[in-house]
Amino acid sequence: MKLRTNHILLLSFLLLTATVNAQNLNDLLAAESSDGPQPVEALFKATRVINGHSVKQLKKGELDFRISHRFGQVNTGPYEFFGLDQSNIHLSLEYGLLDKLMVGVGRGTYEKTVDAFARYNITNQQSGKGAFPLTISYLSTIETVGLKWSDPTRTNYFTSRLSFTQQLLLARKFSKLSVQLMPTFVHRNLVPTVMDPNDLFALGVAGRFKIANRLAITGEYYYVLRPTPQRTAEKYYNPLSLGFDIETGGHVFQIVLTNSQAMREGGFIGKTTSSWLNGGIHLGFNISRVFTLDSKTKK
Amino acid sequence: MKNRIIWLAMGLALSLTVQAQNRFFTKTGHIDFFSHTAVEDIKATNDQVTSFLDTSTGDMVFSVLSRSFQFPKPLMQEHFNENYMESEKFPKASFIGKISDLKSVDFTKPGKYQVKIAGKLTIHGVTKDVEAAGELSVDKDKIDGTSVFSVKPEDYDIKIPSVVKANFAESMKVTVQMNYQLYIPKK
Repeated sequence: MKLRTNHILLLSFLLLTATVNAQNLNDLLAAESSDGPQPVEALFKATRVINGHSVKQLKKGELDFRISHRFGQVNTGPYEFFGLDQSNIHLSLEYGLLDKLMVGVGRGTYEKTVDAFARYNITNQQSGKGAFPLTISYLSTIETVGLKWSDPTRTNYFTSRLSFTQQLLLARKFSKLSVQLMPTFVHRNLVPTVMDPNDLFALGVAGRFKIANRLAITGEYYYVLRPTPQRTAEKYYNPLSLGFDIETGGHVFQIVLTNSQAMREGGFIGKTTSSWLNGGIHLGFNISRVFTLDSKTKK
Repeated sequence: MKNRIIWLAMGLALSLTVQAQNRFFTKTGHIDFFSHTAVEDIKATNDQVTSFLDTSTGDMVFSVLSRSFQFPKPLMQEHFNENYMESEKFPKASFIGKISDLKSVDFTKPGKYQVKIAGKLTIHGVTKDVEAAGELSVDKDKIDGTSVFSVKPEDYDIKIPSVVKANFAESMKVTVQMNYQLYIPKK
């Protein structure tokens, strides 16, 4: 009787061996190649959603040359050929110093602005087990208005030309849709009237919806906190922009419609004076061309 | 009671030996692909290929994460994942196959053996039957495998827009280098 138990035991061991052996190599492979969190890429295709920044980071050694252009307002009518007679341009050169740190300088027609920024990518959205859910970046910019002083008789300081923006970018990609939130703080050293606040808080929301491999629809809106009703002489509006991204190799073309003429934070958050509701819309485009100056693995 | 323990030990030993002899494994296999045209060279390497080789049956399986391919240009890598491989939809490429002339290899004798491998290659969600020649270098508890073959993107439904067609060779030269070690299952 005892012997039989032992036989059964041996038999069961042999059986076990056989099953382990026959176990599909594929299952083993699946078990061994269980992947850790993978970074989610391409939440946005260009470093700007439309006017404002996106979390798309230039990697180390990438140089981005950007040409942005806005026509005049559509509601200027046939005399101005619906805005196409007027032009407003912004040129910038941006570079990835590190994989997580990019810097840029630019010059815009609007108020003859010269600007510079630095952006740091704090963390990236991941997929898979134990994944981090968001891509987070921090942006800091400085802008100088280059216009001649409106009143040269008084003592004018260079610092009066400056404004600063601090912005946190929080983004997440849900398959074809990427959504981004941008809590923003803008400080202007000098404002036109005593009624204008030096400090502005704004909350931006932006999105990108991928409709084909190289095409996407984008949108961007900043809610600017101002005292209501506005007591300033000029009435300010919240900037709303819609865009269409076309990607070809190293280029990204963005065709946009926006109610803000400026293309930098201090301008479009602080000084948007036209409204979608009365046709104060600008047609425009952004062109981005990325060059890889420093290849990762030179062989 | 004592008897039973001996039986148990014997059984266990048997199962371990059977298990340990015929499975070889790597997690750091190397695959690269290369395309040369007058416009540009495209090259990407992946050193995180997982693969099993069963020497008793000749079965081979490979699993490759598209995202683990490293390109010299970051933008190229993004386009590879976003526009060509669609890595979100198809994160992995895989191969399930067999050494078709297993008899020509003596896994007990160190040396180099030329082999033929046939099986199913899945890239971008499309599965094709493929065949390739390879070489196995058998050593004690170690097998190195290499193979070079070509893959046409259009066979796997990878669309290349006409604007950039000149940048891509019609077929990519794929080089596989595996460094198998004896597989010891994790407990």
